Amino acid sequence: MAREPGGEKIVNPNPMMSNGNNCQRLFRLLLGLLLAVLAAGLGYVLSSLPSPAPGLSKPVAEHLEASGVSNPVTAVLLNYRAYDTLLELGVLLLAPLGVWSLGVAARHREPLVDPVLDMLARLLVPMLILVAGYLLWAGAHAPGGAFQAGSVLAAAGVLLLLSGWWPGPAFSGLPLRVSLTAGPGVFLVAGVALMFAGGRMLEYPPPFAGALILLIEAAATWSIGITLAALFAGGRPVAGPHR
Amino acid sequence: MNTALLYALVGAGLFFLGLYALIVHAHLLRKILAINVMGSGVFLVLVALAARTGEAAPDPVPHAMVITGIVVAVSATALALALALRVQAETGRAELPEEPLE
Repeated sequence: MAREPGGEKIVNPNPMMSNGNNCQRLFRLLLGLLLAVLAAGLGYVLSSLPSPAPGLSKPVAEHLEASGVSNPVTAVLLNYRAYDTLLELGVLLLAPLGVWSLGVAARHREPLVDPVLDMLARLLVPMLILVAGYLLWAGAHAPGGAFQAGSVLAAAGVLLLLSGWWPGPAFSGLPLRVSLTAGPGVFLVAGVALMFAGGRMLEYPPPFAGALILLIEAAATWSIGITLAALFAGGRPVAGPHR
Repeated sequence: MNTALLYALVGAGLFFLGLYALIVHAHLLRKILAINVMGSGVFLVLVALAARTGEAAPDPVPHAMVITGIVVAVSATALALALALRVQAETGRAELPEEPLE
């Protein structure tokens, strides 16, 4: 393909070039056919699945009373499959560690001195924080929860980074690291503390389940928001006064 | 053909569309975008199939998996982008070295 970047770097003679081009076209055609066959097979499988398939919705509904929340998705996330969610938060912690190991965060552009963007950020960021708090609270009984609230919080962080606000050295050190690890940390501490209290790992006693879930979700929301915003910054923060 | 099946089929189509783009394109940014399209297809299939309970409320377990999956996919994309930037900084090209087609 002539449009391929780097294609012009090949210094093959012209006949060879067109030969390779034909080869590539044939390859793409065969690949497209193969994938179309696979897609048709998957489509057939999907359409032949049994239609009334309740899955796990019945057991989830039966034990919803003891889960501490009335939103089944939150109950699955933070109670029935809490172990899975704990590990997901661990994965979420690995991403900034990987990004940080690749380099420091570069302030690519000068802070924009755009009064519209500045005004918008000042207006939207408190609103986004409020929405995140609402989503966190609403997650107990309606669609919402830590992951949604964390994403909204991250949007506020991204907006701040875009409008030229950059965390100072006071936040870049320990506070940032504590923020990143608060979610999995609180989750783990709660799980292990419940083990010492006589139960199994992450086995919430029903009277305290709601409060425990809210505590873990609040820490997870903060961590998810800061993690995603830190990922947007694109590297580890420079120590000391930033240049 | 009900709505849930339609969504599931669209999800499967998105998955293979992304897979095609992942194999065909050499540029790393296109590959990362292709993987994201594939992931969106998988999420769509999961959410659509969760609606087959026969009741008003869908199965919450796939929904819970998808909501964590979306956030993890975003963070994995960020890591992939950082790696792609590093590859470009090291080699000057935003592509992986390509073997000539035999």
